[in-house]
This record gives sequence, structure tokens and C-alpha cells, in this order.
Amino acid sequence: MAKKQSIQVKVNGRIREGQVEPRLLLVHFIRGFPGLTGTHVGCDTTHCGACTVMLDGKTVKSCTMFAVQADGCELLTVEGLMQNGKLHPLQAGFKEEHGLQCGYCTPGMLMSSYALLEKNPNPTEEEIRWGISGNLCRCTGYQNIVKAVQYAAGKMEQGGKDDLPNIA
Amino acid sequence: MISRTSPEIGGMGHSIKRKEDLRFIQGKGNYVDDVQLPDMVYGHIVRSPYAHARLKSVNTEKAKALPGVLAVITGEDLAKSNLAWMPTLFFDKQMVLATGKVLFQSQEVAFVVAEDQYTAADAAELVEVDYEELPVLIDPHKALAPGSPILREDREEKSNHIFHWEGGDRAATDKAFVDAEVKAEVHAVFQRCHPAPLETCGCVADFNAGTGRITIYLTSQAPHAHRTLFALVGGIPENNIRVVSPDIGGGFGNKVPIYPGYVCAVVASLTLGRPVKWIESRSENLQSTGFARDYHMTAELAAGKDGKIKAMRVKTLADHGAFNAAAQPTKFPAGLFSICTGAYDYPTAFCEVDGVYTNKAPGGIAYRCSFRVTEAAYLIERAVDVLAQELKTDPVELRRKNFIPPQKFPYASPLGWSYDSGDYDAAMKVALETIGYDALRKEQQEKRKRGELMGIGVSSFVEVVGAGPAHTFDIAGIKMFDSCEIRVHPTGKAMCRMGTKSQGQGHETTYAQIVAQELGIPAVDVTVEEGDTDTAPYGLGTYASRSTPVSGAATAMAARKIREKAKKIAAHLLECSEEDLDWEPGKFFVKGAPSKSKTIQDIAFAAYTNMPAGMEAGLEAVDYYDPPNLTFPFGTYICVVDIDKGTGEIKVRRFVAVDDCGNIINPMIVEGQIHGGLTEGLAIAFMQEISYDESGNVQGGSFMDYLIPTAVETPHWETGKTCTPSPHHPFGAKGVGESPNVGSPAAFVNAVVDALSHLGVKHIDMPIAPWKVWNILKEKGVVN
Repeated sequence: MAKKQSIQVKVNGRIREGQVEPRLLLVHFIRGFPGLTGTHVGCDTTHCGACTVMLDGKTVKSCTMFAVQADGCELLTVEGLMQNGKLHPLQAGFKEEHGLQCGYCTPGMLMSSYALLEKNPNPTEEEIRWGISGNLCRCTGYQNIVKAVQYAAGKMEQGGKDDLPNIA
Repeated sequence: MISRTSPEIGGMGHSIKRKEDLRFIQGKGNYVDDVQLPDMVYGHIVRSPYAHARLKSVNTEKAKALPGVLAVITGEDLAKSNLAWMPTLFFDKQMVLATGKVLFQSQEVAFVVAEDQYTAADAAELVEVDYEELPVLIDPHKALAPGSPILREDREEKSNHIFHWEGGDRAATDKAFVDAEVKAEVHAVFQRCHPAPLETCGCVADFNAGTGRITIYLTSQAPHAHRTLFALVGGIPENNIRVVSPDIGGGFGNKVPIYPGYVCAVVASLTLGRPVKWIESRSENLQSTGFARDYHMTAELAAGKDGKIKAMRVKTLADHGAFNAAAQPTKFPAGLFSICTGAYDYPTAFCEVDGVYTNKAPGGIAYRCSFRVTEAAYLIERAVDVLAQELKTDPVELRRKNFIPPQKFPYASPLGWSYDSGDYDAAMKVALETIGYDALRKEQQEKRKRGELMGIGVSSFVEVVGAGPAHTFDIAGIKMFDSCEIRVHPTGKAMCRMGTKSQGQGHETTYAQIVAQELGIPAVDVTVEEGDTDTAPYGLGTYASRSTPVSGAATAMAARKIREKAKKIAAHLLECSEEDLDWEPGKFFVKGAPSKSKTIQDIAFAAYTNMPAGMEAGLEAVDYYDPPNLTFPFGTYICVVDIDKGTGEIKVRRFVAVDDCGNIINPMIVEGQIHGGLTEGLAIAFMQEISYDESGNVQGGSFMDYLIPTAVETPHWETGKTCTPSPHHPFGAKGVGESPNVGSPAAFVNAVVDALSHLGVKHIDMPIAPWKVWNILKEKGVVN
């Protein structure tokens, strides 16, 4: 066992510290904190994207990074999408458009869609399909996920999120 | 007709948004791997690299010496408590941990338990196993050949043959073939696939020495049946076992069997007195847990020159791998494969299936399929297309000529089913109109003149789902009823507990809608809970599209029991007789005086505060529903493909799916199920196979090799429907989750074969990868 190292990662705005083995995968570091198990492992080989998170503004598959590589970085996970008790338009879109079934791929899908809309606020259907092509879903056939992203893009273009459900 | 409730009530037919979504979109789902318990330790399985080998020794000393390792369990250890083998769900047994020899690559050999998952994996590397390789048998045809190695030395019968099953009239069928004017024959392999839900299998076993109870958090589609099996096999009193199936990340049949990892975790927790988590990796999931299909089929159709089908003859070899771990009703060794006569009206058929052992992973399970119905639907729909080619007739015309007419329902099929209802031509008509069939055929003719390749594939499938009637259907002896318990609280809100278990199908919403429909309590006020065997009524679980046909029916029946009691309370409150009352969803009112009424909420309150003299308090009911028959959903799917001659690449240009699943609870959810099932069908038709090399090495053992389509490969699905209610189901529903996976493979393959039919191509086995098409084009001289 290699010597443990101290790391500090800001997850959803909160500093999280740990003494970790250099080989500890980032996804296991994240999931080790209570309340942060929304980031899932689905394949171990970087194919399925269930573990997708935002690291310093870019999506990464957290099963393919070591936790030590994230030392000093800022992470956004699915648990950080909701703001002030309001769903993010993407979260609302997935519910409104039936963009999920078993829910296992959903956190990763949300994070990839989030990154897509950051770069391209008004994507075409084809751009959405490419934008989520690093994420596998076994249930939905993607069609309603595309609609969910379109729903969110529409809401975000309007600027207001006031009509989104307040669930706090 | 089902009456339509208001949107506020949200009964059947309303596309209400799913209640379960709120936790999933926030990352607050609770899957098995999310279960964290104090003092929890981790298991890791040591697996065989060989497909067939004598186990000479298993040395665990170095592994045990690693700091952090708590136990290393071997087959020999389990044998001491008679747990080295466990029964499968189909009259066979399976090794939990190997003793004597291993029979497939990735077979479970030892179970390491350590303080954390990394240490457990390290220790697994330190377990030294000495193997002596044995000859490997991969081809099921060779399994029955004289001189082949006998794989299962534990069996008395020294043969690789597992079972022979046959149905129908052999003599009459043979005669029909002698007399036939036209015959068609197809040899089709439905390749070995895997359900590959995005969440793999796993469990947390938590034995509490204080209470003597063990709680098993399990990726289980059938938690109650699993509790009983743990009790029967492990000798643990059933009242001391609690199985909790929390949120399940997709199942598709993969989570019906009990796997060795579960048993090992239970043994380890009982031994160590600590919670033990075991979660398989994706490769472990693909390489060792329940595969599907691997059916090697021959179908023949006999017909007249006029195109009327006279008879069908089917011979099939079923590869079950190393152990017959099929999860099927006990009277059906080949599942419900005898639905293979399809949507067509002819009197005679004969079907036989032989099961064999090979050095492959054990199975085969019903992957999004009511026990081998997918294989059956694929076979008949391929065979009909080959017959159309023989007759030089249009495949649509041939189907329409042979459809069972609506007036012949209930229809007695030649292999013994009683189809409940159907109008196959109606679904066909909608599909043809939606896709514009005639125009597509014209386009195809023109393209052929220009040398372009375009194909149109049709599939008119019939399913048999909703197992099943107690007189015929059981799994491991337990009859295939299912259940619902409804409790209406004093404030008029309700709790509904079920014997089934959703894996993404949306049960928390759809069952609530059934209660809303039957009692008028708004769906939003009905909480549905499944998966905890301490609280839910006993049931056989969710697979084989049985939730709506069986548990959905139980929900309606339980609600109707409640309504009967509610009527008595309403009569008491309104000071009238029950006969004077009428019902509309949500309230009883006096006939002719609708203002004199009591809502279901008023009645619920009175059930606890002001019940009639002599009446028990409370407003609740439970129902264990025994379906009188199965249900027979159907539909017509049409697929249009364009093929690139230079590369063999196939593009699905359009796909129209017209489904008839009877009365619909939630149209949005039904459409979602169809999208998902079609995408799985697409994957099977074009991408997926768990194949093996001659040494028995798995070739599709990770998502690098076992391809799951992304949003880019997946086409835009077009859906449509007709509605032919089931006459025997309480609200006329039939079940839908599996239809798209059952009906679509034939549509895809028929489209590709149709594109190449003018070259004399009659069949191509799945998965149809571009290289297969390109080879054909080369062979036919279309490309150099």
C-alpha cells in the first residue's frame, strides 16, 4: 500500500478533505462522502459515463481519474445542480419529458448535458445526440433525453427559472 | 371502455409525470451500492481464467496474510456446510465456489473479504490457484456429438444433453410438409446476448447477531422469491431474513437469478458478524451472470401456392452453458417458445427444443422477454419473410392473408395457447399508413435500378406475457400470482405495497394511477412501495411483462374490495341503503340526488372515526391475484434501412412501431418503454454478441466489445397504437415493456435482407455488423 496523501477538493462549493491512497479513483473519493452517492459507476472502462462530473468547468469521467489528480480542483456533481431549493432546468426537463427510467445513468447524463448547454446554449438535435454520446442509457432510447435537453435550453433561453418547481 | 378521470385524480390514460423522478434527478436514488452501513466490509471474487479445468489446489495463505484481509472462502470451505453448490431455478444445480473443476471462464473460485474494496482486490490477486486445463466445448452442436468431453461429471447422466421438450402434432405436421405446394426454411441463430443493465448486480448482507436476523440489500427483481430461496437453501428461518430491493438500475431479466456472489456475501456476513458488500464489475456482470438467447433454430413453413400457411415445423438447440440456470416456469423448459406460430391462422405445428451444456456462462434468462418469446417472435417473422421470397410475393400481403381474423378470438393456437384478443390487421394498417409503405416500395424499385441498396422490414409479432395462472405456472414451486395491499389513511391518502419490484418501469406512478382510477383518490396522494419483504405482500416479482397483467390486476381488485366497504360506510353516513348509491371516481352519491354525496376522503375519515355499528375499523385490503389466462400483446413494426455499398454500413432511416397492449395506464410511460425496448432490439440486431473463442475466452466481456448504442447510433423512433383490451384482465391491460425488444429484431433483420433480397440473400444472422454486409456484397460481385 502506497503512502496516503492529503488532498483538498471543493465539491459543490464545499471543501472536502481526505487522506487517500494515490490509486484511489476520484469516483470512489466522491462517493465516500454521505450524500454524494449520486455519481454512479456503471462500466469501469470509461464507456458508460454514469460517473460524469464537472471538474474545473469540464466534464470528466470520474472512474478514470485518480482522486489525487483532483487535488485543489473544483467539482460539480449532480447534487450541486439544484440552487436555492429550485431544480435546474435540466433536472426539470428530465422529469417533464420522461428523460429517465431506472435513473442510474441520469446523474451522468445531467452533467454531460449541463456541459453541453454551457458551451452551446441552443443545440440542434444532432448536437445534443453528440453531446451526450459519452453517456450510455439502457432504458430510454435517448429520444426523451434529447427532448429534456431541448426543454432546458428553452427555459434557460427565456432567462427566467421562476416557473420551475420549487421543491425545498 | 375505461371511464376517464379528471386530471386532478390522474387515473388511467393520463400521462402524469413520474413520482419517482424527483429523487433520481437530484442524485438521491438509493441503489444497492449506495447502501453504507457502519463497520461494513467488502467482498471480491477470484475467478477462473480457464473455461474448463481441473482445480488442483487453491492456496489462500498469502491472501490471508495481507493486512486488512478478514477471510478467504473457497469451495472446499463452503462444502463443509453443504453450500458449495446451490440449486438453480430450473432443476439443476450450480457451483457457488468451484470444487473439483471449473466449467466456464470467470467462474467463481474464491471469495475474499477485506476492510476496503481495494484491499479485497489486492488479496484476490494473491490467491494461488493451480489449474489443469481440460478440453473445451463451445459449439452446442458438438455437445451432443459422440466423443465430446462430458462436462458435468457431477450428474448421473453421462451426457451433455439437458432436456428435450416438444409440443404440437408431429405426424400431422410431417404430413402437411409432404403435401405442401411451397416450403420455406430458415436456419437462424439468435446469438448469446446479455441484458447489461447499467447497474451491475450486487448486495449488502448484514447479519445482526443481536437479533439473529439477516438483512440482504439485493439487486433483485423478485425479492420475495429470493427470500424463500435463501431460507430453503441456506437453512435460515424465513422470518429471520429480510430482503430489501432498493432502487434498481435496470434489470431486464438479469436480476432474476440468485448469483454466487450473493450467497458468498451472506455466508461471510454470518461468519464475520459484519455487513458485507459485494458489487460486481461490468466485466464480471457480462462474463458470469445470466446471459440470454443462444438459440440455434431451424424453422420450416408449409404453404399453398396461394400463400396460405398450412403448418410450421421447428427444431432448436438451446445452449444453456455450464449450468441450466434458466429462470423459467417449471413446466416450460424452453419457456414460452411455443408462441412461435405467431400471428397467423393455421391448424398444425410441431416444435422441439433440446438443451445442452457447454463451457460458457450459465443461463439463459428471459432478457426483456417473457421466457424465450423473443426467440420465437424472431423465428416466425423471419420465416414468413423467407416464405414471401419463395412465393415471390410482398411480405405485407403474405402476412395479411394469414393473420388470425378478429372474430376467431379467443384463438386456440396449434401449440396450445389461447390468445385472449387481437386485431392484427388493424395494427398493420396503422403501420403501413404511417410509414407510407407503397411509396417506399416504389422508391426501392427505382433505387435498385440505380444500384442503390434500400430495404423495408416488417414484423407483426404476438407476445404471451403476464405469467401466470396457478394451474400451469410456478417458479421453483411457487405459483405465479402477484399481490397488492392498499391502506387508506384517515385523511384519505393511501399507501400501496406490491409483490413486484420496479427497475425503471415507473411502478410508483402507474400503480398509483390504478388506485386513482378505481377509488378516485388522486394519484399524487397514493404512495407506492415495493421491494421490502418485511412490509410488502408476497409476490413473484417483475419480469416477463407481468407487473401490469398480474400485480396491476391485484391493485384493481384490492381497490374494489375497499370500494365495497366504502359503499357501506357511505350508506351509513348518508343514511340510505347501499342500493340507493351510485359511484363516480372519488365519491358515492344518492341516485337522482347528486348533491347528496360523500367523497372517498370523507369515507376514509369515517372508517376510523364514525364507522357503522359492528363494522371493523380501517379501510384497507389485500389481493393475491391469480390471472385466469395470460395476455397477448401484439403489434406491427416497419423499418427502413439504407445500406452503403462501399462500407456495408446500415443506416436505419425510419422505424415505425405500432403497439397494441390493450388499455393503457400512462401513455407517456408506455411510449418510453417502447423507445427503450426498440433501442435494445437495435443493439441486438446490429451490435451485440457474447461470443467465445475455441479456448472458451469471452469475446464480449466489457463495454469495449459488447456494444451499447449511444444517442448517435440510435434513430428517432416513431410510435403508434391500436387498442384491443384483454377480455379477462380487470381493466383490459396487457403489458408492454417487452414488446419492442421482442418484435423489433425481426424488423431490423428483415429490412437488411430485403435490401439484399434481389441478390438472392435469404438470411443473415445477427448481429449484422457492416463487415458481414460488405462480405456479402463482395461475394455477390456488387463491390470489388
